[in-house]
Amino acid sequence: MAHLLPAPGPETPMGAHHQPDSHHATATGVSNEKLAMWGFLASECLLFGALISTYLLYRHKAVSGPTPRDLYDIRFTSVSSFVLLMSSLAMVLALAAIQRGDERRLRVWLSTTALLGSVFIAGQIYEFTSFIRRGMTIKTNVTSGAFYVLTGFHGVHVTLGIIMLLSLVNLSVRGRIPQARSEVVEIAGLYWHFVDIVWVVIFTVVYLIP
Amino acid sequence: MTDIPTAAAGPDAVTDPAIDAELAAEAALIERHAHPTDGTYMVVGLVLAVLTAIEVGLYYIKGGALTTVTLLLFMALKFAIVAGFFMHLRFDSPLLRRVFIMGIAFAVVLYTLVLLMFGVLHF
Repeated sequence: MAHLLPAPGPETPMGAHHQPDSHHATATGVSNEKLAMWGFLASECLLFGALISTYLLYRHKAVSGPTPRDLYDIRFTSVSSFVLLMSSLAMVLALAAIQRGDERRLRVWLSTTALLGSVFIAGQIYEFTSFIRRGMTIKTNVTSGAFYVLTGFHGVHVTLGIIMLLSLVNLSVRGRIPQARSEVVEIAGLYWHFVDIVWVVIFTVVYLIP
Repeated sequence: MTDIPTAAAGPDAVTDPAIDAELAAEAALIERHAHPTDGTYMVVGLVLAVLTAIEVGLYYIKGGALTTVTLLLFMALKFAIVAGFFMHLRFDSPLLRRVFIMGIAFAVVLYTLVLLMFGVLHF
């Protein structure tokens, strides 16, 4: 007996095939949610561009007090950077897992990503408290102020990302992220990878470039 | 208007198994092109780690402008690798690439002008 497709209704665009994991057809050919996230990340480029430029403007303008360049430990920050890079790897492995339908591996890799992100944040907190103990606070001079605002904003973004990841783990435990909804993980992953590449820029511009 | 089989259609209606087979083949083709393997991701991760190590090594070489340019190139390379492979820009719709690159390009142009205006950058 032939099994026929249902008639098109108001929720079914003409010409669309029914696939278990398909989205409604869009005019652009990509999902609206993914496009929105990319648009958001494009706008975040302007935010972090402003913060990085401000740091570059104020980098040599301190008239008193220590500056970040006097205090930071490149070896420590390099390890932090490596940890954040590896968290990006864990995130993409989480996505690959759910795209294969492996929900257990998804949770493992999401938890790993959140853990590595937390290690990075712990490193940032340690670094900031060390700087404060050695006399560089947000009010010490314009350079330190710009530094703390830039790295602080980045740290807040990472923290929000960790909360997002833990929420996904919770949802997955409750069976709310099957293979058909892997795009949810992909979109969260886009945010996480962006936060990582912002740190790639910050690490180079603030810490490495002489 | 595309013909879509309906419950009321007669013997000319397309059967589900044929469409399912076509959809499965299309999905498999998209799957192959769209998703690198875990092994590929691991290799990309290793490349990023090596690039980071080289960057840190360059920090200790006081090469002046050459070091700065090299560090910026490495930064751009890591940026492109993460965006291309981990964020799937290489494998996804060109529209997404355009949206993101527009944001980056606008930010780079705008803030380069700001830095030039305030004398931080010189040509």
